[in-house]
Amino acid sequence: MRWSWFAGHVDEMAELTLQHVITTVISVGCGLLIAFPLAVLAHRVPRLRGLILGVTSVIFTVPSIALFILLLPFTGLSLTTTVIGLTLYSLVVLVRNIVEGLAAVPPRVREAARAMGYGRARTLIAIELPLALPVIMAGVRIATIMTISLTSVALVIGQGALGQLFADGLQRNFAEPIIAGIALTLLLAVVADAVLVGVQRGLTPWTRR
Amino acid sequence: MIRFEAVTKVYPGGTTAVDALDLEMHEGETTVLVGSSGCGKTTTLRMINRMIEASSGTITVDGRDVATLNENTLRRGIGYVIQQSGLFPHKTVLDNVTTVPRLLGWDKKRTRARAEELMEIVGLPQEMATRFPHQLSGGQQQRVGVARALAADPPILLMDEPFGAVDPVVRTLLQDELLRLQKELRKTIVFVTHDIDEAVRLGDRIAVFRQGGRLVQYSTPAELLAHPADDFVAEFLGAQRGLRLLSLGSLKEVPALPVTTVARDAPAETVAATAAAAGIRWMVAVEADGRPHAWVDAEGNSLPVATVRDGGTLLDALEAVVSSPRGHVVRVDAEGRVAGVSSERDVLRAAAAHRSAVIGDDGQEVAT
Repeated sequence: MRWSWFAGHVDEMAELTLQHVITTVISVGCGLLIAFPLAVLAHRVPRLRGLILGVTSVIFTVPSIALFILLLPFTGLSLTTTVIGLTLYSLVVLVRNIVEGLAAVPPRVREAARAMGYGRARTLIAIELPLALPVIMAGVRIATIMTISLTSVALVIGQGALGQLFADGLQRNFAEPIIAGIALTLLLAVVADAVLVGVQRGLTPWTRR
Repeated sequence: MIRFEAVTKVYPGGTTAVDALDLEMHEGETTVLVGSSGCGKTTTLRMINRMIEASSGTITVDGRDVATLNENTLRRGIGYVIQQSGLFPHKTVLDNVTTVPRLLGWDKKRTRARAEELMEIVGLPQEMATRFPHQLSGGQQQRVGVARALAADPPILLMDEPFGAVDPVVRTLLQDELLRLQKELRKTIVFVTHDIDEAVRLGDRIAVFRQGGRLVQYSTPAELLAHPADDFVAEFLGAQRGLRLLSLGSLKEVPALPVTTVARDAPAETVAATAAAAGIRWMVAVEADGRPHAWVDAEGNSLPVATVRDGGTLLDALEAVVSSPRGHVVRVDAEGRVAGVSSERDVLRAAAAHRSAVIGDDGQEVAT
């Protein structure tokens, strides 16, 4: 182990970690923006539920390398390609968990909201979504960790953030970058999960007492 | 006043839940809808605030057809209490209670003041305001449910088996509080239950439904118990119909006699002296705070007392008579202090008088 390699590449590793974070945040963020309306639709229109969940599952079965290459003709070797791919993957977890979360709201609570004079939109925002939060956040945590690990795969299109360290190490038969890449990816996953747990606790004070 | 005119509800699939219902629920009264499950009582209740839409017929509230009103506006003007309270688990007690005022756009100060008032009305300590529902007992949750329904002071209160999920002791307590509240507030209450005792206790009028959403009898509790319309109603009221009738009679109908009391820890000489002075054998030994302890005599014998609270019913008195070895029941005031006694004979006589007064004949009809 050449420790001097790590010392000499701190800036590069910081840069790649930041890229990794940005890619993950944008992908999961876009995933949430798309998943919400889809999940609400699936929740409100039971007939569409199977279709929506089915399509997101089918997307997930496309191998990640293949998906990135499929997108190449449209968006090229860009961050956009990576984000589109990762966003599509995140949907399978996000949509499913939001739908599950909404479905788990006790019917009695929904009925009470209606009887108090809550309209449908208000019921969704003020009652159903907050109560679905623990399940939704569980989905966000899984989607985030999954995205962190999948981001590296985007190295096939010249992206991949920390994944580039694996490519570098492999091509040069050189262990240090690979070890650094694995360690940083793991660290990132652990930190991201801890942050999300904190966010969830902050958003759901009623589950703590 | 709530009026149902030829209201029918047929669910998709063809089940008739309510069949050509004509019913008037009077202002300031508690109307109890009672019947076994699937008889349409809950459907009837829910059609009032349009949680369920009637298939045909008209429902009017104070002369206005509910079908013509905006459903959210209608619902904000009608209190609603359901089983297991239906509280919002993610909101504090305070936020739950102030749900409707906030929907109606009350300012913060007024909302806050109203919340404090409501907590007091339903008997919840103010410090509970910041708790979440799951931190409360079932009975407390139900109180919050009632407070939430009363928040914007609606003239109508719909209650769908509100006390069905709490234990019998708490249920009786909540029923008492509802009676107390109703005495003050005089709301038009529509109350659904399958418990005939609850119906008799709370209702000014009782509507008995049978399978298929048919109203079979609508009358006062006394009239219902005394003259059930048909065998179905009689069967529904149960074999203890005559006893239930007594639960509508007041202890006030039984004469109260004075009773000699001695302190529980009084020495034997004092007990003997008191007995001699009063010229009687049995006395009630009382605790320092006036609560009865036992029947005692000068020879040191002691028998348990059966008490009945002033404001209790004839049924309570009869129950106490039956369980009292002396045949006399000790009447106690609201604080539990001895207020007098009544004899077995007087209780039975009052019971018979009450029954024949209600039934209007010699009592043959309920002599089951």
